[in-house]
Amino acid sequence: MPCEGDHDDGGVKEMRTRMGFTGDEALAYAAKQSTVDVVSAYPITPQTIMVELFSEYVANGEVDTNFVCVESEHSAMSACVGASLTGARVLTATASQGLALMHEMMYIASGLRCPIVMGVANRALSAPINIHGDQSDMMGSRDCGWIQIYCENAQESYDWTLQAFKIAEDPNVLLPVTVNLDGFILSHAMEGVEVLSDEQAKRFLPPRRLDCRLDPKNPATIGALCLPDYYFEFKKQQDEAMKQVPAALAKVTEEYMRLTGRRYGMMDEFETKDAEVVLVCLGSTAGTARSVAKELRARGKKVGLLKLWLYRPFPSNEVADVIAGSKVVVVLDRALSFGAPYGALCQDIVSTMYTSRSKPLISNVIYGLGGRDITPSEIGSEYEEALAAAKTGVLGEQVKFVGVRE
Amino acid sequence: MMVVLKELTTEELLAPGHRLCGGCGASIAARLALKMTRGPTVVVQSTGCLEVATTIYPYTAWRVPYAHIAFENAAAVASGIEAAFKAMEKRGAWKEHVDVIVFAGDGGTFDIGIQALSGALERWHDFVYICYDNEAYMNTGIQRSGATPHGASTTTSPAGSRIPGKAEWKKDFAAICAAHGIDYVATASVAYWNDYMTKVRKAIEVDGPAVIHVLSPCPRGWRCDTSESIKMARLAVQTRFFPVYEIEHGKYALSVKVPKPLPVEELLKSQGRSSHLFKPEHEGEIGNIQRRVDANWNRISSLCGEVQK
Repeated sequence: MPCEGDHDDGGVKEMRTRMGFTGDEALAYAAKQSTVDVVSAYPITPQTIMVELFSEYVANGEVDTNFVCVESEHSAMSACVGASLTGARVLTATASQGLALMHEMMYIASGLRCPIVMGVANRALSAPINIHGDQSDMMGSRDCGWIQIYCENAQESYDWTLQAFKIAEDPNVLLPVTVNLDGFILSHAMEGVEVLSDEQAKRFLPPRRLDCRLDPKNPATIGALCLPDYYFEFKKQQDEAMKQVPAALAKVTEEYMRLTGRRYGMMDEFETKDAEVVLVCLGSTAGTARSVAKELRARGKKVGLLKLWLYRPFPSNEVADVIAGSKVVVVLDRALSFGAPYGALCQDIVSTMYTSRSKPLISNVIYGLGGRDITPSEIGSEYEEALAAAKTGVLGEQVKFVGVRE
Repeated sequence: MMVVLKELTTEELLAPGHRLCGGCGASIAARLALKMTRGPTVVVQSTGCLEVATTIYPYTAWRVPYAHIAFENAAAVASGIEAAFKAMEKRGAWKEHVDVIVFAGDGGTFDIGIQALSGALERWHDFVYICYDNEAYMNTGIQRSGATPHGASTTTSPAGSRIPGKAEWKKDFAAICAAHGIDYVATASVAYWNDYMTKVRKAIEVDGPAVIHVLSPCPRGWRCDTSESIKMARLAVQTRFFPVYEIEHGKYALSVKVPKPLPVEELLKSQGRSSHLFKPEHEGEIGNIQRRVDANWNRISSLCGEVQK
């Protein structure tokens, strides 16, 4: 329902609109407002709603997008790379096995510096086959050179999609972005989402500036063979581009804040300042954890929450600044890294804190695989145990599986 | 339409000085095709000899915009490029029409790339797909592909004392493409340059997908002298081993009639990859191949409406 808003930087009071959207729909609606030239995708649960809704926009002439409905995710990403090199603004979406099938092409998309945006409805990987939410898919592709953003709710799905294009296309960055939504929990759950008008969205995100690298007037060879004499330099440059992301992200999120009043960044903190225990997580679990932390705070417990919006590039210094003052850090991983000392997120936190002057105790919780729920009471127990460890200075298990039958 | 030699452009869009082998059929196929462009053109390539030997950074032999992305997806990449130009034209960001031509080897086409190609044909993208067929994975060192002929010795189908080279028969690639109902499919041989170049232009002018399957000898893999590429490409046609025809709107027509075919033995004995077939332990194989060649020729020429002799 429309309500009044005063965040429009054009000085004109525009009506704010709230829509009922699932996370998938919110992403598709943001894409509709993003002047996307080409969408190339292949259906997979729980991503399907994104491409179905977008196909409707195409079918009803609400967008000028050329929708290339391909025969596999591998071809989806291949077509996206071709389209992006041509200068088009490009979107795709996938999940799980689809993301795994794209894996080869994800390295090429980032290596060729294609600012593609991809919605990922995070889902477990086979075997055994499971269509429900966990983050194994994206974690398996975390080193692909893509910027990786995790959303907590449908509003964030909408907001980050618009911002993702702008970060990806920043001339200092030119890297692809995944906007991650927890499968079913976000992809399929309906929430109220505040949206911009088409005009506001277009002012924030104008059509992609023409950047045709396959211009017949200026022939260039893309995807050349680089041997040991040049390959390394290309990869170094790509790494440098990754380092430009925080600055680009800060610029974009600042502009978006002025427009919407909603402030985004690399991460979101709740009561971390004087917290003895900080819980760190990605995605929708942050919502549950925040409500638990609120209750504990009300009872005088010094607990806080750190939710990472940006997982790659990993905001090491900023994370260290937030958690260095705590005594115990509990890191939640919704994916396994088989044979590794910790889950992927915890590995990053541990390596970040190794060089920090103060070293809180770090415990790792593996949870929620294959769509298993994590409950407020389970999160509450983790907070309580960590508070106890903060007193004794001794942790129980370093890596713990929560919510699994043993 | 036939190509008139005097009227051919002297412009070389595939520049000399690349690092393909002497006698490489793929370089001939690409060079001749690029003389038939009708305007702004983008080339897409799958991974293969033609790609690695023409784009060694910081050099390139391509005087057209060129994209190599990976092995199995040249047709999908072409889909994206074609879709992007159309979309950008629609929103006024792009003005001129751009033709998209794919060059892909037989491995990148018959085997690993067949799914992406089938999808792109079904989706009716406006592009030309040229498969340069040298009948094996030459780039990685002569391994068998779905295009390798029966009896050929490759490094993964070596002729041994018991097994006479590749056991399986070559896929009917043109028929697979034609089965998509596309408007234009043709086979060609680099020895028949005029026929091939005419077909390339015809394919470019098709509004929608078009496929050309061009036999492009590899002296290294076929085990013949580098000076004999064109001779081999001609012999394959003259023995009816590689029929040259086109399929326009589903209608077959022979492009090169072979009224007095040479025995297939003439082709087999001229290449090292089939020399083992002449050993006593593999007796009968040449006869098998001849029978298969005859049957295939009869099938194709009958589809072409030719009277059987």
